[in-house]
Amino acid sequence: MPKVLMKGNEAIAEAAIRAGCLNYFAYPITPQSEVAEYLCWRLPEVNGVFLQGESEVAVAYMIFGAAGAGVRVFTTSSSPGISLMSEGISYLCGAELPAVFVNIMRGGPGLGGILPSQADYLQATKGIGHGDCRLLVMAPASVQEAAEMVMQAFPLAEKYRNPVMILGDGLIGQMMEPVEFPDHLRSEPSNKDGWASSGMDHRKSKTRNLVRSLFLDPEQLNRHNMDLRAKYERMKAEEVQYENFNTEGDYQALIVSYGTMSRVCKTAVNMLKEQGIEVGLIRPRTLFPFPEAAIGEAAAKVSCRAVLSVEMSMGQMVEDVERSVRGARPVQWYGKCGGEVPTPEEIIEVVKTTLASDLSRR
Amino acid sequence: MQNEVMFAGFGGQGILLIGKLLAHAAMEEGYEVAWIPSYGPEMRGGTAYCTVVIGDQPIGSPIIKNPSHLVAMNRPSLEKFAPVIKPGGVVLINLSLIPVDSGRSDLDELKVPTQDIAASVGNGKAANIVALAAFVARSKLVSIDSLKHCIEVEFAAKPKLIPLNIKAMEEGVKAAL
Repeated sequence: MPKVLMKGNEAIAEAAIRAGCLNYFAYPITPQSEVAEYLCWRLPEVNGVFLQGESEVAVAYMIFGAAGAGVRVFTTSSSPGISLMSEGISYLCGAELPAVFVNIMRGGPGLGGILPSQADYLQATKGIGHGDCRLLVMAPASVQEAAEMVMQAFPLAEKYRNPVMILGDGLIGQMMEPVEFPDHLRSEPSNKDGWASSGMDHRKSKTRNLVRSLFLDPEQLNRHNMDLRAKYERMKAEEVQYENFNTEGDYQALIVSYGTMSRVCKTAVNMLKEQGIEVGLIRPRTLFPFPEAAIGEAAAKVSCRAVLSVEMSMGQMVEDVERSVRGARPVQWYGKCGGEVPTPEEIIEVVKTTLASDLSRR
Repeated sequence: MQNEVMFAGFGGQGILLIGKLLAHAAMEEGYEVAWIPSYGPEMRGGTAYCTVVIGDQPIGSPIIKNPSHLVAMNRPSLEKFAPVIKPGGVVLINLSLIPVDSGRSDLDELKVPTQDIAASVGNGKAANIVALAAFVARSKLVSIDSLKHCIEVEFAAKPKLIPLNIKAMEEGVKAAL
């Protein structure tokens, strides 16, 4: 298929259809409403189901019902909407149901603002719901990558029988870039007879499937949580994705940044190179699991004197970067929140200041 | 090589559309492109602007502090953005609404009465297409043929509007000579 120019939100919508997901439930909220706008005419074309819920709480349980019946299903929302869905997301994790949630973040807390922000990092990676639940979290940095991650997310959700989240910012949703889709629609490949409550008609086994997250027997609940933990550990072992940028040679500082922010950082890295200052960059493509080993290794390079976590939040990723660096280098934070995107010039300034203060300490 | 073009004016002037047309034409010519709207709490009659980035390498920061060129469709846009344009860039000034110049001697200033030209070909609303065509003819970021193709694609669902917009494009090109 030739390249088309599309908004990130529209590309996410089309990508879900290309991934074989024909069920979408949502409640509108800026800056991702174009997903619903697109799917409300596009899904009927492919005999899909588009349904607007009466609230995000309701949407989360519409997702639960559809996922429990074994069909591919997804929703999109933005920060406050995701907070409302969080109870349902925990239930999905507990019942081990696959689904895809897209969060096109806005600034917070509360209603905040609609401009680009990355302030839901901790919510997505560590605090998405009550109980010991985790999501696999992917963070696209372009419209093409947003589409690709959506297409990867459905098989991953089914592999782990766990919700997957695509965490984007307002720019990823609103920006238009060329995007290329695979020619053919993918169908649902996996056999869900083992767990989905899809009726007894076609099933070989005579046992009833029960979809639930209630385990009143403490021993059973502990075992259930141990199983979930094993699954999250397996994600850490098998699903880490990241990109290295300018890390082949020596560099004085290492930047860790994701999403739109990482693109601004790449421009800063290129501009610094012209000034004779080498800076490496690691861009996590998955936020959970986090590329700990890659960051630890890159920070340990002898020439590297400092590590910077650059994000559109008040330093939510710093603890993960510090955990990866394991005290080998000082970790600094730089960021802005609320809709202002730091410019390459600001990042260059911060890198220079950080390197100068590191020298004066020696 | 990277060029950034800022399109700015009132909401309703078709600012976002001409940005998209330029991005589409550049994509068709094989460039890397990004179209970044201003999507704050906007309204009809309020300000509207978008930035189009065209490069031969993958595009890094989509946020551009100092664009290479400016298409200003109203006076507040010119006054706000002319000071930040990189030296040597093209600044298109919509003479139908803007009685002043950019105040910069290091820019290639192109004054076009876009609304009057559009009205003369049949509809003042095509002023945005006149402006885009004049800008493209002067800056040569894409070919006029690519632009024409993209206008035809953009209006494919409303074929009645194609001849008007092609005429507006042709007059815009002439205005840049």
